[in-house]
Amino acid sequence: MESLGNIIAYFIIALAIIVFSVMTVTTRKILRAATYLLFVLFATAGIYFQMGYEFLGAVQIAVYAGGILVLFVFAIFLTGKPGKDSEPLESQKKIVGLSAAVLTALVCGYALFTQVDMCMSLANQPIDVTINQIGSMLLSTEKFGYLLPFEAISILLLACIIGGVVIARKR
Amino acid sequence: MELTLLMYIVPSLIMFCCGVYGFITRKNMIAILISLELMLNAVDINFVVFNRYLFPGEMEGMFFSLFAIAIAAAETALAIAIIVNVFRMAKNIDIRELIKMKF
Repeated sequence: MESLGNIIAYFIIALAIIVFSVMTVTTRKILRAATYLLFVLFATAGIYFQMGYEFLGAVQIAVYAGGILVLFVFAIFLTGKPGKDSEPLESQKKIVGLSAAVLTALVCGYALFTQVDMCMSLANQPIDVTINQIGSMLLSTEKFGYLLPFEAISILLLACIIGGVVIARKR
Repeated sequence: MELTLLMYIVPSLIMFCCGVYGFITRKNMIAILISLELMLNAVDINFVVFNRYLFPGEMEGMFFSLFAIAIAAAETALAIAIIVNVFRMAKNIDIRELIKMKF
């Protein structure tokens, strides 16, 4: 049995995710789409906090909501008039998009409702993922250690920085 | 009332389908990138929720999400650099107008 506050928080988060992700792809103003994406990302961080992974939620807010969203807003301001409405969609493209989305939902939904144990509920053991644990696992070379992916990510970020500078610099 | 696994997966599924819809219908390159972020985010939620419900003692799903977030950040930064560069050359980021390299 969950506490009442947990259930209320869940419903707020789920409603926010559904409503704002639909609005993100249907609004015609690009800056509004970015703002609704921010709300979706915050709701996702809420899910992470509710699951008990506080560090992941903090990373989600810091990197996604703090970093990527700012990048998006800057890019929107750099590339055209943000207040302008985009043109209405052609109906043919709309049909293609809708059918692809509905098909995805049907296939995944069918798989979910037939294969997944629907009433699987949270095991009552509380998890404690400490920052200490995360740090030592990220840098460990033993079994279930993540040193190699960690270093690969570092190289990827370095390559990304250099690539970004080379591509976007003025010639 | 209990919060089951399915109750977390269904919003994430809807988020993913919204991403698919936006990816196909949008014309602005930045809007397409935003739809892509929606899809990536939905997948991250799945990793974390399955980790929490199926293997509560381990942290593999959490680490996968952590790395996915880092890769998504890198990918977005590079994509936005490309978009800004395209805008500088073509004065436009509408994908219907950018057909110079298509034929």
